[in-house]
Amino acid sequence: MSALLVAPLALPLTAAGIMLLLWRRPAAQRIVSLAGVVALVAVGIGLVVATAGGAAEATRVGDWPGGLAIPFVADGTSALLITAAAAVSLLCLVVAAARGEDRHPLFHPLVAVLLAGVLGSFVTGDLFNLFVTFEVMLIASYVLMAIRGGRREVRAGTIYVTVNLLASALLLIGIGLLYGAAGTVELAALHRVVVEVPNARIGASMVAVAVAVKASLVPLHSWLPRVYPVAGPAVTALFSALLTKAGVYVLYRLSSTVFADVTIFREVLLVAAVVTMVVGVLGAVGRGDVRGILSFHMVSQVGYLVLPIGIGTVAGFTAGLIYLLQYLAVKGALFLSAAAIETFAGTGRLARLGGMLRTRPAVAIGFLLPALSLAGIPPTSGFVGKFLLIDAAFDQQLLLAGGVAVAVSFATLLSMLKIWNGVFWGERTDEVAREPGLAGFRPAIPAGGAGDDDPPRPERFVSARTVALVTPPLLVGGLVLLLGVLAGPLIDLVQPAAETLVDPQPYLDAVREA
Amino acid sequence: MTAALVVGILAAAGTYLVLQRGIVRITLGFVLIGHAATTALLAAGGVARRGIPFVGGEGTPGDPLPQAFALTAIVISFGVTAFLLTLAYRARDTIGTDDVEAPDPTPRSAAPGHRDDTTSRPAPTDVEGRTP
Repeated sequence: MSALLVAPLALPLTAAGIMLLLWRRPAAQRIVSLAGVVALVAVGIGLVVATAGGAAEATRVGDWPGGLAIPFVADGTSALLITAAAAVSLLCLVVAAARGEDRHPLFHPLVAVLLAGVLGSFVTGDLFNLFVTFEVMLIASYVLMAIRGGRREVRAGTIYVTVNLLASALLLIGIGLLYGAAGTVELAALHRVVVEVPNARIGASMVAVAVAVKASLVPLHSWLPRVYPVAGPAVTALFSALLTKAGVYVLYRLSSTVFADVTIFREVLLVAAVVTMVVGVLGAVGRGDVRGILSFHMVSQVGYLVLPIGIGTVAGFTAGLIYLLQYLAVKGALFLSAAAIETFAGTGRLARLGGMLRTRPAVAIGFLLPALSLAGIPPTSGFVGKFLLIDAAFDQQLLLAGGVAVAVSFATLLSMLKIWNGVFWGERTDEVAREPGLAGFRPAIPAGGAGDDDPPRPERFVSARTVALVTPPLLVGGLVLLLGVLAGPLIDLVQPAAETLVDPQPYLDAVREA
Repeated sequence: MTAALVVGILAAAGTYLVLQRGIVRITLGFVLIGHAATTALLAAGGVARRGIPFVGGEGTPGDPLPQAFALTAIVISFGVTAFLLTLAYRARDTIGTDDVEAPDPTPRSAAPGHRDDTTSRPAPTDVEGRTP
């Protein structure tokens, strides 16, 4: 069991080390990377089975005399998130390989380190270890962001590093102050610390603000839409599925342990969630490129994800967890279909695109199904999550929050329609017809065959790489429909995890007995 | 008291530098902020109540956790500083200056096919990953 708990952190780091030894063998790197992520999905499923029904598992790493150790704890929430994150990363890696984005010898090791940081933050039971795993994740993301080395990457990379370094410094000072007040940094031991130890308020608040920067909650959100569209498309998909979700998970965990029974925390996050939903979706109106619009929607959806903390009930957290799990896949799929669009047409600007429904219908369906889930249209899983969330909000008399959630869903639908109209409907543009982005995919024209001035060939170029490019969003689309129909079993799976968040007694017991 | 003053001065100087233009100044600012955070961590362990360094001697042993935190934080800041300086170097190569907020000096052509905001073709790299 302790091996299973440490594996989410140890396995990707080991894989990264192996892949660094395979510096000049990109094919071998790809195999090790994909095998590693498949192993992580298996680890996640093992943890889900071990924590089913509201149980929690813990182990103490280090175990020095005097009780000094780093607890690694997995409860239902962590296990489900590990599985979902690893599965979506697998899809992103497939698309990265299909696009050729992973040709850089450091790409796969960096993705493995990123996964180590993210999954490690899901299982760690110690605030300082959380800081360390966040830094591991951030450093890998800094390099992945700027790996293409161009002008825009340097500019965006500087903004990204600056904002996150400030957040990390805040996190570190907050942890220091919290340790000074409470004498421990173990999350389980810090249960209700803000209520019981008044001096701990400042440190705990600094920690919460730093994590909110990471989760991109308003008013700490403006770095995300500025920075995410600049990375490579598959890298953006990977970031969207992993980074902000780690921040949201930590906010859930903090609300369950450090800030347990603190009403003001819940109220502040409720307000922040509502404002985030609105600001994100309004910001998307001003963008004219696919990934820019999707980045603003990421900000908006974080509001939905943080709303359960404001609601505070088991029903709210069940809805939040369902929404979070399917949202990991949906956001990844949306960015992966944006990657497919950009690979085929060479651009993501809506003004330059149009009519792709006729030329690449698979890409269109791969975009449509996750987009409907994002907007919360039945019978997708997004509808299930949003419906339960709004229902939980109304149950707690939070009428404004529920109303805003519904209104923002409509606005999200409008935004998705804007992308749909801009990219898939309408007149076929030059970029969509000629597909300049596929230049690296097609075999070279033999001598004597060039110089052909005919209009673009009507048959679409299809190869293993284009299939690998187009299939992941379709898989997620199918999954989204499946989960929408199987909502009952999904709720049964997630509810014990939500109960452990609201009443963390199994979590605390597991750490105490480890 | 001394520790609080030190943290305050370092954080103030670091924040001032981070708000300047130029990656090198931002990097120096983060170095100072990192030092402030490290000092805060050590101070949280109680600079006034230092014990003996080993377990088993006479007297209470000193608290090892703040020292572990501080060492980890120093190492992490070191790594990120190295990356920021690499970014500055790269900015010098691509933009010509390390001031990332400076407006783009070259006029943007409107010809189709030029690198627009969302082009996604990866820059050509050789096998070592360097852009020629």
